[in-house]
Amino acid sequence: MKDLLKSLRYTLLALVASLLVGAIIIVITDVDALKSGDFGKAFSTVFNAYKSLFQGSFWGVRSISNTIAGTTPLLLSGLAVSIAFKGGLFNIGATGQMLAGGMTSLWVGFAFDGPGWLQVPLAVAAGAIGGAIFGGIAGLLKARTGAHEVITTIMLNSIASFLVLWLLKTTLFQREGRPDPISKPISEASRLPRLFGFLDGRVDLVAHAGFIVALLATLFYWWLLKRTTVGFELRATGLNSDAAKYAGMKTKSLMVIAMLFAGGFAGMAGATEVLGTYGYASTSLAGNIGFDAIAVALLGQSSPIGTLVSALLFGALQAGGRSMQANTDVPVDLIIVLRALIVMFVAAPLLVKAMFRVKSQVVSQGQTFRGWGG
Amino acid sequence: MFLPRVRDGLVNFLIERLASSLFSATHCGVDPKMKLELRGITKRFPGVVANDDVNLSISTGEVLALVGENGAGKSTLMNVLYGLYKADEGEILIDDSAVRFTSPADAISAGIGMVHQHFMLVPVFTVAENVVLGIEPTKRFGALDIDKARQLVREVSDRYNLDLDPDAIVEDLPVGVRQRVEIVKVLMRDAKIVVFDEPTAVLTPSEIIEFFSIVRTLIAAGKGVVFITHKLKEALTIADRINVLRRGKVAGAADPKTATEAQIAEMMVGRAVQLTVNKKPATPGDAVLNVQNLSVVDPDGRKVVDDISFVVHAGEIVGVAGVQGNGQTELVETLSGLRRLNSGQITLDGKDVTHSSPRDLHTSGMGHIPEDRQLQGLVTGMSITENLVLTRYHDGMFSDGVKMKWPKAKEIAKELVANYDIRTSDPEQLASTLSGGNQQKVIVARELSRDIRLVLAAQPTRGIDVGSIEYIHEQIVKERDSGTAVLIVSTELDEVMALSDRVLVMYRGKIVAELDPKKVSHMDVGLYMAGSRPTESAGAKS
Repeated sequence: MKDLLKSLRYTLLALVASLLVGAIIIVITDVDALKSGDFGKAFSTVFNAYKSLFQGSFWGVRSISNTIAGTTPLLLSGLAVSIAFKGGLFNIGATGQMLAGGMTSLWVGFAFDGPGWLQVPLAVAAGAIGGAIFGGIAGLLKARTGAHEVITTIMLNSIASFLVLWLLKTTLFQREGRPDPISKPISEASRLPRLFGFLDGRVDLVAHAGFIVALLATLFYWWLLKRTTVGFELRATGLNSDAAKYAGMKTKSLMVIAMLFAGGFAGMAGATEVLGTYGYASTSLAGNIGFDAIAVALLGQSSPIGTLVSALLFGALQAGGRSMQANTDVPVDLIIVLRALIVMFVAAPLLVKAMFRVKSQVVSQGQTFRGWGG
Repeated sequence: MFLPRVRDGLVNFLIERLASSLFSATHCGVDPKMKLELRGITKRFPGVVANDDVNLSISTGEVLALVGENGAGKSTLMNVLYGLYKADEGEILIDDSAVRFTSPADAISAGIGMVHQHFMLVPVFTVAENVVLGIEPTKRFGALDIDKARQLVREVSDRYNLDLDPDAIVEDLPVGVRQRVEIVKVLMRDAKIVVFDEPTAVLTPSEIIEFFSIVRTLIAAGKGVVFITHKLKEALTIADRINVLRRGKVAGAADPKTATEAQIAEMMVGRAVQLTVNKKPATPGDAVLNVQNLSVVDPDGRKVVDDISFVVHAGEIVGVAGVQGNGQTELVETLSGLRRLNSGQITLDGKDVTHSSPRDLHTSGMGHIPEDRQLQGLVTGMSITENLVLTRYHDGMFSDGVKMKWPKAKEIAKELVANYDIRTSDPEQLASTLSGGNQQKVIVARELSRDIRLVLAAQPTRGIDVGSIEYIHEQIVKERDSGTAVLIVSTELDEVMALSDRVLVMYRGKIVAELDPKKVSHMDVGLYMAGSRPTESAGAKS
């Protein structure tokens, strides 16, 4: 609990620091205000931008719904990167695993025609399996041949995106009458129910039950790490694979297991996007989420609660950024800058400590991958 | 145009200063005198006082040994002296006037040099390139004047009999020679007082003797030497004065001419210490480990273990002595299932385990204390409890196959922490918070508390404090007396001789002698270790 508060404090300080730097960026890019030397106006631009950023992420049902919708895939794919980190691997392939999971869940989504209570869990599970197979390939390659997972997962990302492009052009998937790679819609029974569906008529409330899936996945991740034998082996291998080997653990199998779980989480991210957000699949299904997931995992230091908090933060920034762009002159790109700054400040705890004069000798360092030597 | 000229000017100035210092030194024969004093140094870290009102003085022309257990505050004190840490209280005086060091650069310019335990060298650079790193002599336009660098290395090397080739690549050099490169680096920066942090930890016995002669040369040339160590024999051999640190305080001083090892050990630990191992004669039983014609070839194609055969019986300790790098590491890795063998057969308790995995060997009754506790023995980022079950977490007692039974593990961990004297306030703390000796006790507790027939211990007491060494030796003897077979592999000859009932000497992958430690002298074993054979009469004893 103490560690949690400590890590939260640094995340919070990093957030404040990056908002400060972001304010400077807003001011110096506001040419009119600079020319006229009107700093009162510059200040009000910053204030309004941050106000609508906050309102767009937490103020009202719609904002909260947007934040939840943005958080869902970030959390699941963040777990995919986190569990790989725990096992000592750097999974850059969440994008590819998401695409794989999205396609398998899509296929279940319109290939079967069951009742919703059966159809939805089946499709989510299919997504997890599809992603796990795709992630498992990278794990197997590393265990068998020593091929570094950073290389193989990046390559598998390309393979996945072209595979999806091809699949979406096949008669099995392509929507009738459309020349572009876009899939048939899944049946209404296969859609993840909307969380705020009880508020009739509000179609703009996009949050869906994928968030519940993501929360359950986070709980599972915690249970796996802290309570299970496999989780114990994974952590030991990730922290010191030599000692794990000396202790008789099968470190190569554990690499594959870590990547299977990683792919499973990312596959569920793809599935919830298809089954919840879109209702169909396209090539832009995974977007940048697979890479943002790396930042989520790093910021959350790969811990279950940390990943949850940082996914929520990123989801909120994403939701708020859109409203900031709509209501003020500040472009949504500022969000990318803010996110980069947050990660930078978290990666440089000494800098944040110096800025806020925090007195403490040790900053807990999260578990990340071992590097190229491993 | 302007900047390079300024820089050239600066560099030339540095070289001139360097050259003039060398010049003056060669002329006078010895450096001018200097006295360094630490007064009332206190350095606190959160939750611990690393140095508590420490007073120390050292003058040129003498060797001061600073001894103490791991964690006694030796390194902290030297880092304060070297400007890496700022002391919370106290002051540093040079020739009776107070100085302030805010960085190593300050300490260096005041004439203090430090040779760290882990060398700060660029492996792919030559000796000359490494030595001038940071004070490079340059020609016009900032080009490195490597000839000048070579010449400087040669001069210093000749003056102090260091025998260094300026063009050798550092990564090709043995550890002892790399250490001399570090010494040249320090001398070139005009150090009057040289601090050596555990300099002998990485050296072979013959390199240690060479190191001592270098220290004597330095003293003769008017330098002062601070020798940080926990090896008492070495402190007694080389030092003019010995200061003992215990828990951050100066526990006392000793005169090497009159003091004994036991007296200093008592000062270090705070109580009387058993330096020899107390054991009854062994009563060997049946063969437990039987190794026949074992050969191992490394990936480079070298035969690192060459047709070795030996037997370890229940209730006896067999020691393998040898200089580091003669195949002991590979032998242990093969026996513990981590390395493939090329030919031969291994049986454990009559069962063929030639190709068994580490897990199979664990369950067949092998306890393994690996060579490097931090890299191989422990996951230091995990708790003490987790480390205590690291080799048997899969046992039905701790796992139902899916879930871990953590309450049971915690209960056992508490018992082990108490029974094996592991000093910690809470077994849920990370293993990295423990001192080296206590980390080693975690491994010993984990391996010996299992139901085992054989203990395979590699370097079981390397780099740990006297108290822990004593304790671990006791535990190993106790394990022997309960009928377990023990194989000890250690490069510390004293340890092998003290613990073993039988000694095997390894040289270049072969067992070159089997000796009775009670009937053979250290000197003769040393000769076998170096690949030569003692005279006929000594050989007949074996």
